[in-house]
Amino acid sequence: MKKFLIALLFAPMLALASGGNVHLDKWPGSVSDKAALQNGAKLFVNYCLNCHGASYMRYKNLMDLGLSEQQVKDNLMFTSDKIGGLMAVAARSDEQKQWFGATPPDLTILARARGEAGNAGAGADWLYTYLRSFYRDENRPTGWNNVIFENVGMPNPLWEVQGQYQLNHESHKLEQVVPGKLSPTEYDKAISDLVGFMVWMGEPQQEFRKTLGFFVLAFLGLLFVVAYALKKEYWKDIH
Amino acid sequence: MAGGTFEKYKSDGSLAGNVLEWVDARFPATSMWKGHLSEYYAPKNFNFWYFFGSLALLVLVIQIVTGIFLVMHYKPDAALNANGVPVAFASVEYIMRDVPGGWIIRYMHSTGASAFFIVVYLHMFRGLLYGSYRKPRELTWLFGVGIFLVLMGEAFFGYLLPWGQMSFWGAQVIVNLFSAIPIIGPDLSIVIRGDFVVGDATLNRFFSFHVIAFPLVLLGLVAAHILALHETGSNNPDGIDIKEKKDENGIPLDGIPFHPYYSVKDIVGVIVFLMAFSAVMFFAPEGGGYFLETPNFYPADPLKTPPHIAPVWYFTPFYSILRAVTYPLFGLDAKFWGVVAMGASVVIFAFLPWLDRSPVRSIRYRGPITKVMLTIFVICFFILGYLGTLSPSPMGELVSQVCSVFYFGFFLGMPWWSRMDKFKPVPERVTMK
Repeated sequence: MKKFLIALLFAPMLALASGGNVHLDKWPGSVSDKAALQNGAKLFVNYCLNCHGASYMRYKNLMDLGLSEQQVKDNLMFTSDKIGGLMAVAARSDEQKQWFGATPPDLTILARARGEAGNAGAGADWLYTYLRSFYRDENRPTGWNNVIFENVGMPNPLWEVQGQYQLNHESHKLEQVVPGKLSPTEYDKAISDLVGFMVWMGEPQQEFRKTLGFFVLAFLGLLFVVAYALKKEYWKDIH
Repeated sequence: MAGGTFEKYKSDGSLAGNVLEWVDARFPATSMWKGHLSEYYAPKNFNFWYFFGSLALLVLVIQIVTGIFLVMHYKPDAALNANGVPVAFASVEYIMRDVPGGWIIRYMHSTGASAFFIVVYLHMFRGLLYGSYRKPRELTWLFGVGIFLVLMGEAFFGYLLPWGQMSFWGAQVIVNLFSAIPIIGPDLSIVIRGDFVVGDATLNRFFSFHVIAFPLVLLGLVAAHILALHETGSNNPDGIDIKEKKDENGIPLDGIPFHPYYSVKDIVGVIVFLMAFSAVMFFAPEGGGYFLETPNFYPADPLKTPPHIAPVWYFTPFYSILRAVTYPLFGLDAKFWGVVAMGASVVIFAFLPWLDRSPVRSIRYRGPITKVMLTIFVICFFILGYLGTLSPSPMGELVSQVCSVFYFGFFLGMPWWSRMDKFKPVPERVTMK
């Protein structure tokens, strides 16, 4: 039974969902895991990019994940035929607004936007928790609700993979009622990969930024030694 | 010192010498070089606190240079692009992703904004510590207060440009404050926005202010600040006048030429500063969500008010003072008095030279009252700053009211408490602590 309990989330927290005080599961992934990012990219273009855009991101930047141009074209490009094209959705806007009540937000930098003051990593944790917190709710027009995003407009896009859950109002826990293609453990891993991709996409050069920062600091450290020696030399007569 | 009393350059007969002589006969090259650098005598006992003036100048240069490159790619346009995103917002992400090296330039500029205020606050605190604003340096101080005011405007205008949620709603809140002014307020706020709501007209005029008008004024004030300083000479941690003790050549005994002594010393400060700057820029460019506020990663949406609108950290002490005023007075809104209090809390710095009545300048020779007052003032400033980042709460309101009262009490009570203190004798010559 235990493995069917996907998230230990409590119902009273529903009320706090907008206040940002919900318990979030820590995202276990890392943006330096290229294989996980590739898997995340695959999930993203298959399950997210149909409704959400990633319209600041270009397909060619996916090559930074260790893929060749041909691999990107064959496996990840569904909305454009140009490798330099933006990862935008064809069907945006008005129709979607009618279907879901709101235009699905652009996802390129959502992981950054969901961060919090004092905890920039909160965006990843929020996404990781959110995508594992959907449950069936017949009172909603889409038939879906979410524990940490009450009355969310989006139905669970990954239900085939995850299966279907119900919220047990007595134990305040989610219980699986229909199994999905993946076991809960495998599903957690898949979501972790997907979140990893979204974190990476928020700032694709973030790993390079840190590497470059290391060299900049090392250079400044050397420069400091020279500059300090110069200062000492000039100032040796000043008392 | 910077008066043109220096002899004109005489050529040694070489080509370069002839050129320099020709230039120097027509332009004050030698006298500027000597008067402001190689024969500008600064006290030899500058300490840690004296790095922040030159660092402020460095950050100004960083902001201008990075700004020039950002303007090449940024588009001040609130219209939605084909993907339903405002053009201005998308152009910032374009700089971050598609412009080669664009992310470095943008992070330098965004980190530079916060660094500017950190450096300027420390520079101002130095003035409070050592009485640098006292006679004869009142004008230097006044130009400095002017720089601070213009810098706040510059930061406010610049913050709208990324056209994120916090940009939009922050500008909305602040511009609405002006509508609290009686009679002219509502029209004034429309003039500032150029529209009835913050929109494309606002974005374009703020862009113009941010890249042209305010930087021009800022550069002028910085030049005036330095010229005024070099006219009177620098203060120092002992708060004594080095010009009173001169050698037979008229050079202050405790003075050393700014160049090379302080130029080589400031290079060390610059490198240490750049290390801290790079640590933020490369490893935490969001500054923990305080330098780049996370809601600003959502594009501006005029139909969706964020649950909590917080100004950037450097405005929060003054924002807290604004929110602390909750009583209407003389038939005018509490909001109006809040605006007045906020304005006063910044402008009151300008009166320091005349509020301080202590017989000595430096805190080194002032007694416990000064030390306690200054400490509480700094604590209040930090508490106000912290509260300004939070959503309003009854407890926070009470604490910010107490801190605001002390904030103003520090200045308004200064003519009395600054005189009452116990003072120590001031040394004849500067001390190298």
